[in-house]
Amino acid sequence: MHWINAPLLTIMIWSGLLIYWANDLYAISIGGVTLFHFFPDWFYRVLGLEHGLAVGMAYHFTFMWFFAINGFCYVLYTFLSGEWRHLLPNRHTPREAWQVVLHDVGLRKAPLPRAKFNGAQRLAYTGVILMGAGSLVTALAIYKPTQLAWLTGLLGGYAWARAEHFALVIGYVLFFIVHIAQVIRAGWNNFRAMVTGYELVPVEEQSHA
Amino acid sequence: MPEAKKVRTLDGDPAKQEMRRLTRRSLITGGVAALAGLGGWGWLTTAGLEDGLPWPLRRMLGFNQRLGETLHSAARLAPTFPDAAVQGPARTNGLIGLASGIDAENWQLRLQHEGRAAERSLTLQELQKLPRTDLVTELKCVEGWSEVMHFGGVRFLDFVIHLGLGTRSGRVPDPEGNPQDLYRYVYLATPEEDYYVGLDMASAVHPQTVLCETMNWQPLSRQHGAPLRLYVAVKYGYKSLKRVGLIRFQDQRPPDYWAERGYDWYAGH
Repeated sequence: MHWINAPLLTIMIWSGLLIYWANDLYAISIGGVTLFHFFPDWFYRVLGLEHGLAVGMAYHFTFMWFFAINGFCYVLYTFLSGEWRHLLPNRHTPREAWQVVLHDVGLRKAPLPRAKFNGAQRLAYTGVILMGAGSLVTALAIYKPTQLAWLTGLLGGYAWARAEHFALVIGYVLFFIVHIAQVIRAGWNNFRAMVTGYELVPVEEQSHA
Repeated sequence: MPEAKKVRTLDGDPAKQEMRRLTRRSLITGGVAALAGLGGWGWLTTAGLEDGLPWPLRRMLGFNQRLGETLHSAARLAPTFPDAAVQGPARTNGLIGLASGIDAENWQLRLQHEGRAAERSLTLQELQKLPRTDLVTELKCVEGWSEVMHFGGVRFLDFVIHLGLGTRSGRVPDPEGNPQDLYRYVYLATPEEDYYVGLDMASAVHPQTVLCETMNWQPLSRQHGAPLRLYVAVKYGYKSLKRVGLIRFQDQRPPDYWAERGYDWYAGH
């Protein structure tokens, strides 16, 4: 279910960009000066994202089902299997997450406590699942703004809901960059654990596992 | 600890062998899944086109429509806004079907029913005798923009009731009491039929579907579809035909300019 997200999110973001191209008005600006426009023309040209609104919507409104069903199954599995205990933040998480950040930027030399997921991971992974839910909610608000007008209103109206839906995508991309960088950093034993579900640990550490 | 049962104690070579076996099994499974996914993607992207879309996607849009129609409430109204929410002149977008000149003086709206030879026509003066309505709501364009606008004219529902249109029996329509008497669809087109839309009857007789003569309290401009345009609050903007010259009631699903070019026929939100 984790791995299915890779192709699904790729398809959803690609088709989303085909839709966004038709009215690409978001930019980061300070005091009226545009720092970055989402997106420069070369971006659409290089990725072949121009003039595909109709087909983009068709893919988006087809694969949304797989994205939603996969996400729903994942959350269901996490709760039924008890895996949520490793994943949800607890009272140690904020302090631990801060230690992880210090460790990762090289300011803390002491080894981190050994656990399936550390504090930073708990925050990040729970956060990205909430973002997934956010994507579905904002999506419904812009997909059915009349039938679900109360939801669209709750999110600040149609234009705001669309902006929120877009911001979440940028969030996924940032998550993805850090996620991949961390997987590469963590090395082969960790990747093997991502694939197989098992990890090799020295015998004396198993009691902490 | 529930996770303890996942811990296996193997040492040395057996442990390495076991991990190799698990890794190989996982990578093979992953590889097969990836190949199946690629195969599926290849099948989907090369499937035969149906109105500009690979047919499986067209089917999914149809599924979404049926689900939407099952779950939605036909009486649900699009949010309305105070007059002050309308800012400046209405945005214009798209000039398809507006190329030729118009003669507003001699404007005639042609009215047809499937299976009936007789055609009626209506002048603007006759239309203006019908009850008037004003609606301030947010037009949503499928491109992604939206704008609060005013639409003034005659409700499509009032139009069919006062003129006795849209029923197979020819009697005055009664959408609530006798919906079966209504034709299933409405086809609207520009006078030369170079631009046309199809609507399901439920959306056509929705209380916020209007035949408009004014937008933002101004007479329609040519770019906005003078002298008469349609506005459907429960659909994306591409269903709101400009320069309406022909309305036909029918049971066969009508063709739709944008649906023939890859867009969703239903377009309801």
